[in-house]
Amino acid sequence: MDRFRMIFQYFQSNSESVMNGICGLLALASVKMYTSLDFSCPCLPQYNMAYGLGIMFVPPIILFLCGLILNRQSLVMLEEWRRPAGCRKKDPAVIRYMCSSIMQRAMVAPVVWIMVTLLDGKCLICAFSGSMDPQKFVGFANVSTEQVQQLLAKVPCKDDEPMRNSTSRKAVSRYLRCCSQALGWSILLILIVAAFLARWLRPCFNQATLLQARHWSNYIDIEQKIFEETCCEHSRLFAHKCILHFFESMQQEIKLHSFSLPRDGEEAEGGEGLLQGITDQDQVNKLLRTWYYEKPPLDVSQAHQR
Amino acid sequence: MDKFRMIFQFFQSNQESFMNGICGIMALASTQMYSAFDFNCPCLPQYNLAYGLGILLVPPFILFLLGFVLNNNISMLAEEWRRPRGRRGKDAAVLRYMCCSMAQRAMIAPVVWLSVTLLDGKCITCAFCTSVPLESLGNASHPRLSQGELQRVLARIPCKEIYNGQQLIANEVAIRYLRCISQALGWCFVLLMTTLAFLVRSLRPCFSQAAFLKSRYWSHYIDIERKLFDETCAEHARSFAKVCIQQFFEGMSTDLEAARCHLPRKGPADAGEAAEKLLGITDQGTMNMALKSWHRCKPPLHLHPPAPPTGNGWAGEGKCPTHPSAPRKETAAYYSWV
Repeated sequence: MDRFRMIFQYFQSNSESVMNGICGLLALASVKMYTSLDFSCPCLPQYNMAYGLGIMFVPPIILFLCGLILNRQSLVMLEEWRRPAGCRKKDPAVIRYMCSSIMQRAMVAPVVWIMVTLLDGKCLICAFSGSMDPQKFVGFANVSTEQVQQLLAKVPCKDDEPMRNSTSRKAVSRYLRCCSQALGWSILLILIVAAFLARWLRPCFNQATLLQARHWSNYIDIEQKIFEETCCEHSRLFAHKCILHFFESMQQEIKLHSFSLPRDGEEAEGGEGLLQGITDQDQVNKLLRTWYYEKPPLDVSQAHQR
Repeated sequence: MDKFRMIFQFFQSNQESFMNGICGIMALASTQMYSAFDFNCPCLPQYNLAYGLGILLVPPFILFLLGFVLNNNISMLAEEWRRPRGRRGKDAAVLRYMCCSMAQRAMIAPVVWLSVTLLDGKCITCAFCTSVPLESLGNASHPRLSQGELQRVLARIPCKEIYNGQQLIANEVAIRYLRCISQALGWCFVLLMTTLAFLVRSLRPCFSQAAFLKSRYWSHYIDIERKLFDETCAEHARSFAKVCIQQFFEGMSTDLEAARCHLPRKGPADAGEAAEKLLGITDQGTMNMALKSWHRCKPPLHLHPPAPPTGNGWAGEGKCPTHPSAPRKETAAYYSWV
């Protein structure tokens, strides 16, 4: 429990950590989505390519947009970009820094999806089985052109009758999977090398500017959060005062309209002090009715002037 | 337990986080509901379309309404919308903000249901199996069938066990085709929704940030004010009840002493704090009578002010018509002892 609490507090304490956490969750979600997706290639000449490439590229776009939507910093950056300059200058370096850090985090889940897709191989087999050269595979070499397209399109569907035990089908499938995995690993290698270089070479260029940009982007984020919290606190205090004044004004109204004794010992009992002079069913009903029909104005300064 | 408490506290601390939490729970619930649901296509020409489209469209509608019902703020919105103007103006922008934010949250579970349904493919397969293009997918040498017979055969596509049209069109081919169309629709739908959400979220700071900040502040204010008012009323009710019950017991004890008239009152010197709390009721018979009286004749919702300690204060007593006057006389008489 302690460990969990520490991890939770760590993630909450730093906005960047929260973003990294969300990024990781989205990446895991993309893997889970892929494994639970029931991939069924249509095995028809006109549809294979569209389906295969669609499954490979449309979910990454969706994941990228989700990564942007779920990232709080993207809103902060947009607000900073669009705000009028006013009394505070705008620093384009800060905005650029925020933009690049948001983009980097949003790209993780789509890249994970594309990697998983390529390493699994089903998408590429589905998309490109119709583009294979039939002469290279014994089973398809001596077939007429229209038929060969049909047969090649059926390669991804292992259980269909004509393809069930065909060695040529297995050959095409293996070949495409091999290409797909090679492509996947190559892209992964290139990306990791690029990330490595970017991280290690960055301190060699503009380190001071980078430190400034990072500091001020954190500052803008924290300032935004504290402003929202202060507004919440303020509205709570405002509401508290407003309600107290409402009860007091009801009490005074009741005193004016009823001719009961002036009460000297009114504040003597602690319990009665809380009653604010409202001690009757009718008075309570009147208070509730007034609260609905005539809410008090949003102005708590009146009480000070009374 | 600690873990849940912490998560619960995190969500409760911020009203918006709480609503997002409910939203997420409903989305998970809709996924769970779909996987637990036992989909049974009727495999009959007239019923397939209705069943398939019904499963696709009716639960999202229910989930949307449920999203509103579970949202506490709906009553707040309705109250703010319908209240008389009184001394406080109404701001249409605040109402619009509250309505939009509630609608957005309520939309999430239906969108999740629709996406999961389309990506799974069973509903579309069931609904549109009679419309598969036989010319491109069917076997060339199929027997000529009448339209009705053809519809009946095609309607059985989702039910593999009873499908008898293998020579007309292979079952796997048709199902794969329909599922492919369904998944394409599903992904396009998800892409469209995500793009819309992205546009709504990112265009707002570009156009109406100041108005947005104002609406958000005042909608939070209305929510907090309502909660604080409820809390204050609850506090008041507690004090009211306390004083009412205290006065009831005092009334009872003075009643009984007046009736018995023989026991001298125990002097204050003898009374510790515990004895004071007994409120003068010190034996079984008295207590039973107090309980019976509480059940049969609850006191009116009218607290009389505390009697002044030196006697003559009841001159202005005409204000309390419903309160039985007998105990008052006794009270006055006994207080005059001291």
